[in-house]
Amino acid sequence: MRRVLLWLPLVLFAGLFGLVALGLFKPADRTVRSAMVDKPLPDFALPAMLPDKPGVARTGFGGGKPRLINVFASWCVPCIAEAPELMKLKAAGVPIDGVAINDTPEAVQKFLDRNGDPFQRIGNDKASQVQIALGSSGVPETFLIDGRGRIVRQYVSNLQSDQVDDILKAWRGMR
Amino acid sequence: MSLPRSATLRSALIRHPGLVPGSAKRQATAYEIVRQALRPGRPRHKAGVTVVVLALLASFATPAMAQQAPLADTQLSDPAQEAQAKALMETIRCVECQGQAISDSNADIAANMRSLIRERIKAGESPEQVRAWLIQRYGDYISYDPPLGGATWPLWAAPFVLLVIGIAIARSSFRRKR
Repeated sequence: MRRVLLWLPLVLFAGLFGLVALGLFKPADRTVRSAMVDKPLPDFALPAMLPDKPGVARTGFGGGKPRLINVFASWCVPCIAEAPELMKLKAAGVPIDGVAINDTPEAVQKFLDRNGDPFQRIGNDKASQVQIALGSSGVPETFLIDGRGRIVRQYVSNLQSDQVDDILKAWRGMR
Repeated sequence: MSLPRSATLRSALIRHPGLVPGSAKRQATAYEIVRQALRPGRPRHKAGVTVVVLALLASFATPAMAQQAPLADTQLSDPAQEAQAKALMETIRCVECQGQAISDSNADIAANMRSLIRERIKAGESPEQVRAWLIQRYGDYISYDPPLGGATWPLWAAPFVLLVIGIAIARSSFRRKR
């Protein structure tokens, strides 16, 4: 018993050392994920960003029709990289609503002219109100909203082609 | 004391009042040293370059500033409410630059979060209600004030447990010596 007790501190120290080493060498994941996934979409209403497209509001979701919300900005470089993936989703028939952060109509129009326009509606979220209400921590982020108006999935950063397939499968399954 | 052999170093020292070893001259004051460094014939200050750089910076900075949410950097008119909002901001993590509180961060989303906090406090919400609302959005990670609960209670318990263990060890080792 005494012999075991003698070694106990060393064993504890080795355990702690291992824990710290693991934390140091494990690649860090600093993604802040939304805690709103699996919860109903919060109530919001954003004015239209462009004259020829309606704004985005809570009332436009649910009713048996799943949709995507894409949080984006004309000044965001990964959003340009993401544009072709969103166009693929649009071509497949997925309805996408844009939430433009800290942006102006002219800049958004220029961005869409250059990179394609996948959006049915675009809301002007000047002060990040809806972005924060969704638990989004940056641009771009994409949220999948099911037919009952619940947030089902969150995709942080620009969409990759395998995520596009994932969204398509989920969207078809929900319809 | 002799002067250094290097001619340039010697001339530099001689030119510099008060730095010549063994010199009978009085020590130069800080003002005189600065005066001498700035004497005509030397590039005193590159005012032109500074002006151009500042103008360039301003031209980049202005559009971004103009976009910010209304209450991001504007204090509330009620000092008590502003104090509450400020105290809360210091304990909310910036989700973009994750080591900082939103009160310290220049990130757009931090500015917008500051504005949101001021708006909600102004509308009569308590700081803890606003914190709970943010935790509902981002999880406990957003708050620098970790709640006492399932996974965090060891943080509070550990100091007391260690203290008790320490007292026990001290007692037993003192007793043995006697």
